[in-house]
Amino acid sequence: MATVSMTVNGKSVSGEVEPRTLLVQFIREQLHLTGTHVGCDTSQCGACVVHVNGDSVKSCTMLAVQADGSDVTTIEGLANGDTLHPMQEAFRDNHGLQCGFCTPGMVMSAVDLLKKNPKPSEGEIREWLEGNICRCTGYHNIVKAVQQAAQA
Amino acid sequence: MTDIQYVAPSTLDEAVGAYAAAKGAARILAGGTDLLVQMRAGMVKPGLIVDIKKVAELSAIEKTPEGGFRIGAAVSGAVLEEHPTFGKVWPGVLEGLNLIGSTQVQGRASAGGNLCNGSPAADSIPGLVAAGAIATVQGPNGRRNIPVEQVPTGPGKTSLAPGEILVSFTLPPRPAHSSDAYLRMIPRTEMDIAVVGCAVSLTMDGDTCTAARVSLGAVAPTVLLVEDAAKALVLTKLDDASLDKAAAACSAACNPIDDKRGTIAYRTKVAGVLLKRTTAIAAERAKGG
Ligand SMILES: Cc1cc2nc3c(=O)[nH]c(=O)nc-3n(C[C@H](O)[C@H](O)[C@H](O)COP(=O)(O)OP(=O)(O)OC[C@H]3O[C@@H](n4cnc5c(N)ncnc54)[C@H](O)[C@@H]3O)c2cc1C
Ligand code: FES
Ligand code: FES
Repeated sequence: MATVSMTVNGKSVSGEVEPRTLLVQFIREQLHLTGTHVGCDTSQCGACVVHVNGDSVKSCTMLAVQADGSDVTTIEGLANGDTLHPMQEAFRDNHGLQCGFCTPGMVMSAVDLLKKNPKPSEGEIREWLEGNICRCTGYHNIVKAVQQAAQA
Repeated sequence: MTDIQYVAPSTLDEAVGAYAAAKGAARILAGGTDLLVQMRAGMVKPGLIVDIKKVAELSAIEKTPEGGFRIGAAVSGAVLEEHPTFGKVWPGVLEGLNLIGSTQVQGRASAGGNLCNGSPAADSIPGLVAAGAIATVQGPNGRRNIPVEQVPTGPGKTSLAPGEILVSFTLPPRPAHSSDAYLRMIPRTEMDIAVVGCAVSLTMDGDTCTAARVSLGAVAPTVLLVEDAAKALVLTKLDDASLDKAAAACSAACNPIDDKRGTIAYRTKVAGVLLKRTTAIAAERAKGG
């Protein structure tokens, strides 16, 4: 077992993990932050995207021990109390979700996109979200949501 | 369940020491986009994970004294993309690496991991082979340099000796009017495995090709350097007859598998088609630069 400490959504946390424990398992099973989803076991779907030191990362592609000492933001850390983050608001306004399974990862990826490219074209949005798979929406309204958030 | 250990040394010597001491039970962890998926599937069960991302040399991108580039084995595609000049000199190498996965996978996946994972369809490897890149490896008995095409020996297999870690890739200096390109054929447009991959690196003097290297992926147990195709291009104006000859050499070099992504006949034919398309892109870029 190894001890890991990190900042998650602004709070210091630590825990005992096996070295093989994935960051997503630590977040969901030990911190009980179940907003971050697991949709595959091949690092393809993007449901597990969180931010590590400001960059979006598939939290199933990183060991918890690798995130030791880092600053992690999950979907639970985006809203400010009852005020949704503009990206969350835009997903709601544009019907950018149906079942919602992909949504946490989609939103976390999209937030990272606008940080790196505040005014992306439609093509750039679609390309950036290539690693986020949605089985419901057909992506159209997701792209519209990101476009709206970029206007905000 | 067996216990796993994790170490993240900050020097290469420590990394080699830990890796070699664990004999076959250890695995190197770079971006983890192959390793962690394989561990989850139960395909590999390492007793020790040696994380190399904290070793500075493995994450560095440098100019060599000769004017080439040295890229650390653990450098991710996203980091290489941000380099101010690399993609101008080696656009084909960069486009191969950044075809891997999607945004977040590109943020982690390295060319070193792509090579050591040993897939015949590894997308960044034909570009490096066509570039004439040299792999530097370090093990308990010191360092050695080998051409990249000599690293893979079969699907999932490499010529690295026990305890050896891939350190970096060295790309040679570029004469004026040189460039490269990589194209792959896949059933979907993104996030799939290449049915055929083709990289071409060229130097042009006006309309005449003065130097060429050609590499194919996914058509044999390892990525191939196709010298006959390069010979068919050199000292020509890349006219149709020369391109036909080079395409035929590519098809002749193929020794592919038959699977749901493509039959033997299809892969063999596509190798020639891709050679022509890739050469056209590389030549266009070379004339511009
Ligand atoms: C969603 C998804 C999509 C993908 N798409 C593609 C694609 O389109 N094309 C493609 O080619 N690949 C693809 N891959 C596979 C993978 O991302 C690449 O092979 C990648 O380059 C591996 O790099 P890594 O740094 O993550 O390697 P890791 O997983 O860290 O390592 C891979 C293997 O190499 C060994 N290794 C790593 N570095 C070294 C070193 N320096 N010395 C010795 N051994 C080492 C490891 O022990 C391991 O066995 C995809 C993977 C995912 C999850
Ligand atoms: S759970 Fe991480 S990509 Fe699917
Ligand atoms: S809303 Fe259902 S998977 Fe995207």
